[in-house]
Amino acid sequence: MTDLHDVALTVNGVPRSARVPARRLLSDFLRHDLGLTGTHVGCEHGVCGACTVLIDGRPVRSCLLFAVSVAGATITTVEGCCEPDGSLGPVQQAFWDCHGLQCGFCTPGFVTTVTAYLDENPDPTQDEAREAIAGNLCRCTGYQNIVASVLRAAELRREVRA
Amino acid sequence: MKPSPFVYHRPTTLEETLDVLAEVGADGKVLAGGQSLVPLLSMRLAAPAHLVDINHVGGLDRIEVRGGGVRVGATARHAAVERDDRAFDAVPLLRQALVHVAHPTIRNRGTTVGSLAHADPSGEMTAVLALLGGTVTLSRRGSERTVGAADFFHGPLESAVVPGEVAVEAFFPAPTGPRTGSAWAEVSRRHGDYAVCGVGALVTLDDDLRVAAARVGLISVGPTPEVVDVTEALRQLAGTLTERALRTAAGHASAASAAGGGA
Repeated sequence: MTDLHDVALTVNGVPRSARVPARRLLSDFLRHDLGLTGTHVGCEHGVCGACTVLIDGRPVRSCLLFAVSVAGATITTVEGCCEPDGSLGPVQQAFWDCHGLQCGFCTPGFVTTVTAYLDENPDPTQDEAREAIAGNLCRCTGYQNIVASVLRAAELRREVRA
Repeated sequence: MKPSPFVYHRPTTLEETLDVLAEVGADGKVLAGGQSLVPLLSMRLAAPAHLVDINHVGGLDRIEVRGGGVRVGATARHAAVERDDRAFDAVPLLRQALVHVAHPTIRNRGTTVGSLAHADPSGEMTAVLALLGGTVTLSRRGSERTVGAADFFHGPLESAVVPGEVAVEAFFPAPTGPRTGSAWAEVSRRHGDYAVCGVGALVTLDDDLRVAAARVGLISVGPTPEVVDVTEALRQLAGTLTERALRTAAGHASAASAAGGGA
């Protein structure tokens, strides 16, 4: 029952691999085996959204996936949501600007979710922004500032493109 | 909060999948999207000795509109079915209900067929299949069978799938009749949470715009999805289906519910 699997995947543009048991959750694989602790683990059963990462650009719960099952995938974590020079990406900057976080535990899940959402809908309304983050829990902010952050991030992205 | 150890199988063809499932029998469990299964494993409510991952089996993620309905393969994600315009045109109830399945992030990975096989009595897709009179095709080594919705759901988290089998496809028949419409509504405690009650409706009007047939499919109110024919009730209460008639019907329904003791 201790059979190990070589899991290789691309994380934030970098090929990474580790030898892990089949039951290793992707969230633990990223944190423990690859040392990428930006991805946070909250409820560990798919409710809170803190562990959200992008697979091929689409948000998924990393605590509901086995690393071995997504071997070969292209993954983006919160560490990959910055600019190439390491400065804050538009979503991260917007959360900073609008005070979209307090303790920051839920933030990685919000940043990845919002990054993918704005790729699909670059100009959301306030209601759409609220709907976009409905699958992520935050116990500090009351969400008002996070909704504002989504709209601000959309604004920043438009500025960059203009 | 970590799953028990298991032996992982990653077949790439259906044939290989069926061979593995035949070998591991009752010790095996199929892993598709895993959005319901992985929490059960993490909480150790389930601890199968073998997991058979079908995510890498070619051709199972198909969504086809043919034969008078929509055919959804075992690994087609909820999000893919929801976004498929041809599937929506053929069976609007699919998208109408799918937008209520958890959150978009879950729908990106969860599969429609897996949701049926899981047979959660709060699962929207169970009632959609039951209301439309759809079927699920089950494969095992050497044979295949197709089970109608009425026989597919046995109880909470119990479907007709037996050890050695895998649900390979679901068929959602397109509603017939020129004036047939559908809708989905549900009440949940939190946005995207399990429905306290959910209802899908399929209504056909006749040439005089009177209700010719009306059925509803309900979730979270019994051990399996319930389909109720409400044609007579709607005819008596509403006659011609106008907004006023609907309000009257809704009023009668609320009064009846309140008289029932508000349970």
